[in-house]
Amino acid sequence: MPFELNASIYHYSQVNNLIREAIAKGEKELILTGVNGHRYLFAGVSAEVRAKIYGTPGLDLGCFMRGPRLEVFGNVQDGAGNTMDEGKIVVHGMGGDVIGYAMRGGKIHIYGDVGYRVGIHMKSYQDKVPVIIIGGKAGDFLGEYMAGGVIILLGMNTIYPERPIAGIYLGTGMHGGKIYVRGKVKESYLGLGLKPYPLDGDDEKELERLLKEYCDDFQMDLSEVLKEDFVKIIPYTHRPYGKIYAY
Amino acid sequence: MWLLKEKIKEMSGCGIAGIINVKGELIPGDLIIKSICCQYERGNGLGAGFAAYGIYPEHKDYYALHVMAQDKSALEKVEEILAHKTFVNYKEPIPTKKVKTIKNAPLFKRYFVKPKFDEEYQMVCGEDEEDNYIVSLVMDINEKVEGAYVISSGKNMGVFKGVGFPDEIAEFFRIDEYKAFIWTAHNRFPTNTPGWWGGAHPFTILDWSIVHNGEISSYGTNKRYLELFGYKCTLLTDTEVVAYLLDLLIRRHGLPLQLACKALAPPFWMEIDEMEEEERDLYTAIRVVYGSAVLNGPFAILFAYNGGLVGLNDRVKLRPLVCAKKGDFYYMASEEAAIRSICPDPEKVWAPKAGEPVIVELEKGVIPNQRSYLEGRPKEVEEDALRIKCQYIPLQSS
Amino acid sequence: MASPQFSSFYPDFLVQRIWERCIKCKRCVKECSYGVHVWDEKKKTLLADDSKCVGCHRCEAMCPTKALVIRRHPSDFREHALWTPWHIKNIYKQADQGGVLLTSTGCAQPYKNYFDHLVLDACQVTNPPIDPLREPMELRTFIGPKPESLEIEKVNGKFRLKKRLPPLIQLEVPIMFAAMSYGAISLHVHQGLARAARDLGTLYNTGEGGLHASLYEYGSNTIVQCASGRFGLHVDYLNAGVAIEIKIGQGAKPGIGGHLPGEKVTEEISKTRMIPVGSDAISPAPHHDIYSIEDLRGLIFALKEATEYKKLVFVKIAAVHNVAAIASGIVRAGADAVVIDGLRGGTGAAPTMFRDYIGIPIELAISAVDKRLREEGIRHRASIIASGGIRNSADVVKAIALGADAVYIGTAALIAVGCTMCQRCYTGKCPWGIATNNPELIKRLPPDVAYEKIYNLVKGWALEIKEMLGAMGINSIESLKGNRDKLRAVGLTEKEMEILEVKHAGE
Repeated sequence: MPFELNASIYHYSQVNNLIREAIAKGEKELILTGVNGHRYLFAGVSAEVRAKIYGTPGLDLGCFMRGPRLEVFGNVQDGAGNTMDEGKIVVHGMGGDVIGYAMRGGKIHIYGDVGYRVGIHMKSYQDKVPVIIIGGKAGDFLGEYMAGGVIILLGMNTIYPERPIAGIYLGTGMHGGKIYVRGKVKESYLGLGLKPYPLDGDDEKELERLLKEYCDDFQMDLSEVLKEDFVKIIPYTHRPYGKIYAY
Repeated sequence: MWLLKEKIKEMSGCGIAGIINVKGELIPGDLIIKSICCQYERGNGLGAGFAAYGIYPEHKDYYALHVMAQDKSALEKVEEILAHKTFVNYKEPIPTKKVKTIKNAPLFKRYFVKPKFDEEYQMVCGEDEEDNYIVSLVMDINEKVEGAYVISSGKNMGVFKGVGFPDEIAEFFRIDEYKAFIWTAHNRFPTNTPGWWGGAHPFTILDWSIVHNGEISSYGTNKRYLELFGYKCTLLTDTEVVAYLLDLLIRRHGLPLQLACKALAPPFWMEIDEMEEEERDLYTAIRVVYGSAVLNGPFAILFAYNGGLVGLNDRVKLRPLVCAKKGDFYYMASEEAAIRSICPDPEKVWAPKAGEPVIVELEKGVIPNQRSYLEGRPKEVEEDALRIKCQYIPLQSS
Repeated sequence: MASPQFSSFYPDFLVQRIWERCIKCKRCVKECSYGVHVWDEKKKTLLADDSKCVGCHRCEAMCPTKALVIRRHPSDFREHALWTPWHIKNIYKQADQGGVLLTSTGCAQPYKNYFDHLVLDACQVTNPPIDPLREPMELRTFIGPKPESLEIEKVNGKFRLKKRLPPLIQLEVPIMFAAMSYGAISLHVHQGLARAARDLGTLYNTGEGGLHASLYEYGSNTIVQCASGRFGLHVDYLNAGVAIEIKIGQGAKPGIGGHLPGEKVTEEISKTRMIPVGSDAISPAPHHDIYSIEDLRGLIFALKEATEYKKLVFVKIAAVHNVAAIASGIVRAGADAVVIDGLRGGTGAAPTMFRDYIGIPIELAISAVDKRLREEGIRHRASIIASGGIRNSADVVKAIALGADAVYIGTAALIAVGCTMCQRCYTGKCPWGIATNNPELIKRLPPDVAYEKIYNLVKGWALEIKEMLGAMGINSIESLKGNRDKLRAVGLTEKEMEILEVKHAGE
C-alpha cells in the first residue's frame, strides 16, 4: 500500500515534514492528492522514492532534490526542478517559467509547453548529465547560459499552434551541452555564437535512447516523434564574449 | 534663571538611600532625610529628591501626576491636555516652603486622574490599558509641552525633587510632613551642567521610581532600544532609561523581577557557559533577546514600586551598595553610615553581589493596589511600538 | 601596418635595479609571473620590461640582495586637474583594445571615507575605563532572528524558557570572513580562512565556487553561498555549513554577475564547482528564479525547506541608493541576516566603472538600514552584517556603533596573507599565490602560513576592540550596538550627520 496524503489541508511545510517522516519510515511509494500551490515539495529530499502528485504543485517542485521520481498529474508552476541533483519529474501537462534552473542531474519530462528561461544554466559533470524534454513549445531564452546537459524540444503537444517552436535568444550564452530541436529553427532566433548542426551517429543514438524513455512515460509513438529531422544547437566558438575586456 | 530644558545628556555621581517596611507601616519622612543627608559629601548641591509610597490613601485609585512647570502658561497647557485626555478627580498645588538658598523654583502641582477612553473602549479596558494610556500621556506631555514635565505618575505615590542639597529640597517640599511605607532618596553630583530641576532624581514612570548612582555607558544603545517600544527619552539622563527599561521588561513583557534584573546586569558568558543546560538556555536567551537592555557601566540603583524595593549593582561592582535589615525594615544605601544614622543596630548588614538584585516585597495584601513582580506574568499579546498608538492619539506638535 | 599600442608606451611602474647589489641569481625572473624580468643569455645580463610590471613588489621582496626597487614611473604628463594620467591611460587601453576596463579589489576613488570622519569616545573621571586584559570583556555576538520578548515559565520553583530560541549563530568575535570563492582565491587561502575561523570562533564564507572536499570538516564555521551560477550547489553543500548566503550582489560590482574564465577551471576547481575542466563558469547578473522581492522569499524558503529549517539564510546585497527599502523587503521576505556590501567592497574582477562609480558608502548604508528596520519594528528579525572597506578594528567598532551586528572582512584578510593591492587579481597570475590557482604559484602561500597570518590579524583586532570598549567603559559588545553616544563627527555636513545620526565633535 503506498503512503497517501491529502495535501489540501496542510501548509507546504507540513506536507514536506510528513513526506520526510514517511520516507524515514521506509515508504517507497507516495501519493499526494489535493495539491494546489504547495511550494518546495520534495525540496532537498535525498531518497530513491516514487511519488504521484495530483493537482498543481507550487513554486520550486523538487528543488535541490536527489533521487525522487515525481509524476505530476497536472501542470507544474515556475521553478520545478530548480538546482535538482538527481531523480526525475514527469509532468502530464505544461510547465511554467525557469524549469530546471541550474539543474545538474536527473530528468524532467514535460508533456506540453513550457514558459520562458527553461533549462538555463544546466551543467553536466562527470557521469551526471541532466536532461529536459519538452513535448510542446518553449518561450524565449531556452537553455540560456547552458553549460552542460541535454534539452530536447519537440513542439508537438502544444496549445500554441501560432507560436514558433522556441522563442528568441535560444541558447543565448550557451557554452556547453546540446539542445536538440525537432524540425527547424530560425537562425536569427539563436543566441550569439551558436549554430544548428545536423545530427551525427552518436547524437542519433543518444536522442533515440532519451526519447524512448520519454515516449514510454506518455504512451507516445516513438516512430511518430522521429519522423521529422532534428537539429542540434551547440556553440561554434569557444568564447563568443572573449574580447570584451581591456586591460 | 533655572533651566528646565537641558539639551545635553547629563553625567553625574551620587548618593542614594531607601527604606521599606514589609508590613506596609508608614515611616515618617524625617528618617529618609536623615539617611540621605548623612551622605552629604556625595552630592554637590545640584540636585536631590525623594520618592514616597503610600502618601495619598484618599486618592489611592487615581494616578497621581506631579507636574513641574516653568510658568503658568506651561501649566495651563498641561491642564488643557489633562482636561481633554483624563478625568481629573482632584488637583492642588504641591505644598512648598520658602527656602533661602532655593531661587527661581518652578511651579509644582498635583493632579489625581483616570484615563478618558472612548465609551466603547472603556468597557473592555483593564489595568494594563490604563497604564499604557498614562505612559503615553506622560511621554506626550514631556515631549511636546515646552517647559513642563510630569515628574511622577503612579497611584498613591509621588516624587519630590529639585536643584539643591537634600536638606534644602526636603525643606522646600516639606518632606517631614509625609509618611510612606517605602522611601527612596537621592543626592546628586552632576559633573557637566549647572543642574536642572527635571534632571534630579528620582525618575519615574507610573509607580516605578528610580534613584541611581552612576553613569550608564550604554545609554545610546538603551535609548535606541526603548524607542523601538514607543518610549521617548526626553529627560536626557541615564536614570530615565533605567525607569523605562524596567517598565518595558517587567510590566509590558511580564518578565519575573529577578530575570528582568538579570537582563539589565547579566551574568558573564563564562558563567553562563558553566551552567546546567536549562539555565544556560534561559540566560543565553536573556542576553540574546535583551542585549540592548544591558546597563553597561558603573551603577547602583534603587527602584521602588507599589509593593517593593529593589537594589541592583552593575555586574562588576563599580558603585557602592549596602543593605541592612531590622525587624520589618529593610535599608539600602550607598554607604553603611547612611543606614546606621537611622538604624544604629541592624540585625544584619551585607554587601550584595555584583549584578545580584536585592528584592524586598511587602507582605501580601497590606496596601491597596499592591503589585508583585516576583513571578512575572504571561504575556497576552505580542507587544510592539504601534500598540500604544492605536489606543492613544498623540497630541499634535505645536 | 600594426597600429601602435599607446597603452604600452607609458608604464605605470619603473623597475629599478641597483647593479652593484645584483648578483644575477635570476630569482627575479623566477618570481615574476608577468614576465617582466628576463635573462639575456647572450649578454649574460638581466633585462626588465616595465610595461608588464603591475607593481606587486614580489621581486623586490624576494631579491636576496635587495637589489630591486619598484617605483611609480616618474615619467609625467603635463599637469592637468581633470585629465589625470589615470584617465589618459584608461582611454589608451580602450582605444587599443576596445572593451570594458577590468580591474580588481574595491573602489579606488577618493570618496569621503566616513569612518575617517568619525571619532570614538573614552571615559574620563565620570565613569571608569575597564582593563580588558584583567577584567571580563565580552565580544560574543549572535547572528539571526531574535524574538522581541521572552516567554518564561516556572517549573519546580525554577524559571525556564517556555519556548527555546530559534537557531542562532554564535560568534566569539564580530568579524567574519567575506565570501571569496575557491577559484578567485587559492585553496590554500580557503584552508587558512577556514582554520582561522574555527580557532577564532567565527565564520568564513565559501563564496559561490562550491566547497572543496577538504573543507567539509570546518562546517560549523562555514557559510555556504548560493549565487546565481549555483556552482557546486547540492544538498550536501547546503547542509555543510551553519548558514546559506544568497548572493544578490556585491559592493564592487552591483548589478552584474561573475565570470571565471575556462582557463582558471583547473582539475580541483572543476571538482568543486562540478563543471568540466576548462569550461567557463558564468554567474548571471540576476538569479533567474528571483526577479522580484516575492521571488526572493521563494528562494529563501526553498533553501530553508531543503535544509529543514536548520540553517540560517543570509541575503547579501550591494549598498545601492535605495538600500534601506531593499533591506526592509529582504527582512520581510524571511532572511535571517542582511549583508550589506558597501561601495568599497572588494572583488577578484570587476569592470573599473562599476568598482569605482556604483553604490554608496557602507557607513551611510548601515545607518540607513538600521534606522529603517527600527522604524518598521523589524530590527530584531534579522542581523545586519556590514562589509566593504573595513580596514582596521576602529572601523569595526564604528560599524557596530552605527548599527551593524557584525562585519565581514575580505581585502584585509588577503592583505594579511601578503597581498600588495596591485589590483590585478583578474589575471590569475597573483605572484603572491593568493588570487591564483596556478599550481606553481599557490605553493608560495602554504595553508599554514595563510592560517597563521589571518588568525593573528583578527586576534589583534579583537584585542584592540576590547581595549576600545574598555576605554568607553563597557564590557560587552551588545552595549556598543547602535550606540551613537560613542561617535562624534569631525568635518561632516549637517545632512551627513543627520543620516549617520551622530553629533559633531564638540557638541
